[in-house]
Amino acid sequence: MFNNTFIFGLLTGISLLVSFILDKDKTFLGLKKGGKMLFNILHPFLNILILISIVLFFIPDSLIVQYLGANSGWSGFGIAAFIGSITLIPGFISYPLAATLLSQGATYSVVAIFMTTLMMVGVVTLPLEIKYFGKKAAIARNVLNLIAAIIIGVLMGWLM
Amino acid sequence: MNKHLKNYVWVILFVLFSVGSYFIGFKPGLMIYYNFNEFFIEMVSFAPFLFMIIGLFDVWVPKEILEKHVGKESGVKGIFIVVLLAMLQAGPLYGAFPVAYVLSKKGASIRNIFIYLGAFSSMKLPMLGIEIGYLGIKFTILRTLISLPLFIFIGFLMEKIVGSDFRVEEVKT
Repeated sequence: MFNNTFIFGLLTGISLLVSFILDKDKTFLGLKKGGKMLFNILHPFLNILILISIVLFFIPDSLIVQYLGANSGWSGFGIAAFIGSITLIPGFISYPLAATLLSQGATYSVVAIFMTTLMMVGVVTLPLEIKYFGKKAAIARNVLNLIAAIIIGVLMGWLM
Repeated sequence: MNKHLKNYVWVILFVLFSVGSYFIGFKPGLMIYYNFNEFFIEMVSFAPFLFMIIGLFDVWVPKEILEKHVGKESGVKGIFIVVLLAMLQAGPLYGAFPVAYVLSKKGASIRNIFIYLGAFSSMKLPMLGIEIGYLGIKFTILRTLISLPLFIFIGFLMEKIVGSDFRVEEVKT
């Protein structure tokens, strides 16, 4: 994770430097705009992180492994999609978790559905998404991505 | 000032709850705090950079240029550009919403905004690197190749569903 942060930070730094050399005023204006947007979104961000932290406490890793592990079968699909949709786990935690699931006997389909819904469907972030896109678009996007996740899962199970 | 205080009421309560849990040794409270800490570190590791980039993008890329390249008439090239743009980003999906707002403001087509979100959610290069490490190169490549056409299809569907007067709102406090 720190490596990714470093690369992203480096790219940002280079962009800033180039921008600064080209036009000082524009750079400051850009930073001001970015800072304002960050400030506007900071408290919804923090509120969501608090909510997720509490939800995750009630759904520990061991429970996830229990329901998605070996012999979870078709119901595993539904559970994977459900858990993936309602939780929001950072990538650097979800990949080791997915690898654990595979070693516990979960199928590639279940893992693909879990990972895809985790990344693309967000029930806890829905209130924030509605603020940006409106109710109709936010709900449509989540439903379509949920369907896409199941298609991806079925195809992955067939191809792996 | 009062308005800002009201916005942060949950944050303040959470801080009090965590500090309280620490002093009385309330285990569940501490575990919730550890969860929060992980997310918080993730957020501070991408958010400042992301918003600097968004700000610079906003002042440097003129509306006309973006409109021409990822707007309504942009076709395959527009899709290619937004996917590439998304792959170079970092952070969780909720960090992509402000980018979607800037894209929308600059005249990106509805289709391309949602293709961007799809690609952002599961095709970011740093994440693909981690995915290869844990789940293998075959899994990662197959998943990406299956996902991409689905995202593009979802982009077209979203355009039909939300209608042409759709735009992304700026979230204000």
